[in-house]
Parts: sequence; C-alpha cells; structure tokens
Amino acid sequence: MLYEYLFQPFIEFGFMRRALVASLALAVGGSAIGVFLILRRMSLMGDALAHALLPGAALGFLLGGLSLPAMSLGGFLAGIATALVSGAIARFSNLREDASFAAAYLTALALGVLIVSLRGSAVDLMNILFGAILAVDDGALYLVVSTATLTLVGLAAIYRPLVVECFNPGFLAAMGVRGSVYHYLFLALAVLNMVAGFQALGTLMALGIVLLPAVAASFWAREVWSMTLIAAPMAFASAAVGLLVSFHAGLPSGPVIVLFASLFFMGSLLLGSRSSVRSRLSRPVHLRG
Amino acid sequence: MSAALRLVDLTVSYDRHPAVHHVSAEIPAAEMTAIVGPNGAGKSTLLKALLGLAPHIEGRIECSAKRIAYLPQQAEIDRSFPISVFDTVLLGRWSRFGGFAAAGRADIHDAQHAIESVGLAGFERRPIDTLSVGQFQRVLFARLLLQDADLVLLDEPFAAIDSKTVADLMVVIRRWQAEKRTVVAVLHDLDQVRRDFPNSLLLARELVAAGPTPGVLSAENLLRARAMAEAWDEHADACEAPMRLSA
Repeated sequence: MLYEYLFQPFIEFGFMRRALVASLALAVGGSAIGVFLILRRMSLMGDALAHALLPGAALGFLLGGLSLPAMSLGGFLAGIATALVSGAIARFSNLREDASFAAAYLTALALGVLIVSLRGSAVDLMNILFGAILAVDDGALYLVVSTATLTLVGLAAIYRPLVVECFNPGFLAAMGVRGSVYHYLFLALAVLNMVAGFQALGTLMALGIVLLPAVAASFWAREVWSMTLIAAPMAFASAAVGLLVSFHAGLPSGPVIVLFASLFFMGSLLLGSRSSVRSRLSRPVHLRG
Repeated sequence: MSAALRLVDLTVSYDRHPAVHHVSAEIPAAEMTAIVGPNGAGKSTLLKALLGLAPHIEGRIECSAKRIAYLPQQAEIDRSFPISVFDTVLLGRWSRFGGFAAAGRADIHDAQHAIESVGLAGFERRPIDTLSVGQFQRVLFARLLLQDADLVLLDEPFAAIDSKTVADLMVVIRRWQAEKRTVVAVLHDLDQVRRDFPNSLLLARELVAAGPTPGVLSAENLLRARAMAEAWDEHADACEAPMRLSA
C-alpha cells in the first residue's frame, strides 16, 4: 500500500520519472545559487530576474511556438539583459539597485504578457507563468541537468572570490581583483538556473525551489558550504513529495512543490538551531563562558 | 629618512567635489604616521587613493612599497556573513594563493599563529557574527599580520574599541614598526596620536600640516583644520588656479 503510494507513480509513468530527475537536478544546482542570492542580499532581485525572463521566453514563443530551445534562449538573453541593464542603471545613476531591478522586471513582465497574448491562448500564458513539470520532455531534462552540472562546476571554480566579494568587497579590490567579474558570472549562472526552472515551475515560481530551501538552511548552518549541503536535500525532498501529492490529489505540481519548500522554511524558522523561534523561546542554562 | 609614500599635488574628487584637494606630502618609511582631521576631511579617501580604489585622481602618488595591507572601517564588512574566524584570517595570504589555488601548509600554520598572537586562540571555528566589535578587530589584525606587507594602512583601527584591545593591538602595530614596516593610521584620539605616533599628517581636505606630531597637532593648526572642514560650498566654481599649500 505504502509502496504503491510512494513508488508506483514513478515506476509506472515516464513523465513522473523525468519530473523527479529534473527536480533532483534543479534542487542540487538551484539551492547553491539560492544560498548565494541570500548572502548577497539579492533574494528579491533574484525574483525580479526570474520574472524578467518572461518577455524573452515570450518572444521565443512568438517566433518558435511552444519550443523549448527558442523559449529558453529567449529567456536567458532577457534575463542577462535585465541584469546588465539594471546593474548599469544603478551604477550610473543614484537609483538603488533594488529599485532599478524592480523597474526593469515590471517592464519585462508587462511586455511578456503582452507578447504572449499576441499569439498564444490563455493556456499558453498559464504554462509560461506557472510551468508544467509533468510536461518535462527529454530535451528539457538535458537542459536542466546540464544547467545543474555547469552551476556546480562554475560555483566551485569562483567560490572563493565570490564569497569574499559578498562579505568584504573592499578586500578583494585591494588585492587587485575585479569583484564585478565574479558578480556577473554568478548572475549568469543564476539566470541559467531560472531558465531551467522556468520550464518546470514557470517564471513566477522558478525561484521557489531555489530560494526557499536556502532560506530554510540559513536557520541551521553556520558556513556557506554547509548551508548549501543542507539546502539541496530540502529542495529535492520538497520536489519529490510535491510531485507525489500533486499526482495523487490531482493538484497542479508547481505550486504544491513550492508550498512544500515553504513548509521546510516554516519548520526551520520554528525549529532551526540558529536564531529560530525555538532558540529565541527556549533559553536553556547559559554557558559558563 | 626615505619616504615610503610621496603625494604630489594630489586631488581626489567624488562627483567633481574634491575630498582631497591639492595635497603634497611625504610619509616616512619604517615609521608610524597618523592621519588626523575632522570628519569629512578626506582621510579615508586618501587611504583609498593610496590603494588605487578612489574614483578620480589628479596629481601623483609615488609609492615605494611592494605590498600594501589595508584595514577597512568595520562598516565596510558584512559581519553577519557566515564565515569562520580561521577562514577570514587565512584570506590574508590571498597574494600567495589567489582566488583559486589551495592554501599551503605554511599558510595554515601562519594563520594559526596570527590568531594566537592577537589573543584569539580557541576562536578559530567561531563564525564571525558571534564576535564582539573588539574581537572582530583582532581578527582583522590577524589577517593584516598574514599579509606580510611593507606598508600597512589602517582606517580608524580603534573606533568603538575598548582600551584593553587598543593596548593589545598597539603592541602589534609597534612590532610592525620594529620590523621596519611603514604604518599609516587614520585616528581620532589626539591624545593617543601624541603618545604613540611620532609623525602626523593633519588633513582638512587640504593639507594643514605634516611632520613630527607635536608641531602638527598645535592648537592653531587644529583650529584651522576645523574651520577649513566646515567650509563646504555646494556650488563651488571650478578650481582653475591650483593653489599650493606648503607643508
């Protein structure tokens, strides 16, 4: 009975297997990106960036229909362009970077919805906005898995400069290193992950599986690498459980997955070992020193 | 006495307003020099210019130091970042391993030693967000120790730091001087400058005085510095005829 509930869907249906593998890859790559997004205080900017994929994906849709390569390439280019343009606006004017990101993504979102509605139906729009992880085909799977690979290898390569750029950019500059190079490399990886996630979860929720587990992990871990190690299993668990629940209950999978990720967040907020509700409320015997 | 640093008619501006204006001065090698002046006098800007981090520079900086270490103001560092004391200190060896290579055994040994010599033995695995301001300043000093620089620039090293920590860190600074390193520190406590720093440079956007501390920190000079710093003209004309102030 339990066996049937937990494993039967994956054994019986190829689309469930593909969805599971896709979410494993998204979880591993995305949670590492999420940890850095939080540490760089860019959570909301990441969200804005994810929405900004829309006009690019929509243009891809307009030119190539519901074709994965066209929409992914369009989304990637739009995301990179938004990151560069809002970064540049912030640098050359006095507008704060979060404000310029917000301005860029609102423009992008409006433009994207408009473009989709030029040709597509409401169903297409829903697909792009909210994704369809159960519709992940082999092509999308390759995209997601290569993204995860590239993300892990890339982050491992730029790990040290990126960490120092986060917490003490002046030191990096004094060492003669251009921190902005690593900032933009990281943004490129982040956009890549959102493109991968958008097929599964849509532009509106692609960041859910990236950010929520990372936020949850920050209630448990004390260093960057351990945060990542904790976030990835949480992301995968939310995806696996979310898939099963949505399968059995007949609910849309994207929101269910994100809601499970947010359960992890709320659980960690309550029970985590660092600055959680539990550690605030329960004050056991204080230490001697 | 040779100069570690020579500033020649140096002007550094933000948005065209000069923060450091036509400053010419020499900072002697292997000595301890304090930079003093009111808030907004351009002290931090001067340090940034020495590091090559200031946005727009006119004039010249001649620097004979091969390796420069820099202690930023604490506000420039994200102290909530999840990184350990040990890793923070070890970064001092960046010039050795850069962004990608592994730290050598000697580097790790030296980091351990530096942590002990600033009195933080046992704190190695602690995340930096659990440290007090004074403890964190000790961490940054340990990182400076690892940098093994011949010129050490300190930006307000003792702001909001208790007297015990100041005394301990002054021991480190004196050791640098004994090792023939040049130390330049931005300081606000004039009594301390008079006590510990033989040379000073009094700045109020323009150079007020430079040289041996007792002469530089005369009542007259300090008064002049304050008056000059308070004069800020939003609609200043372009500075066409550069005036030279003699040191």
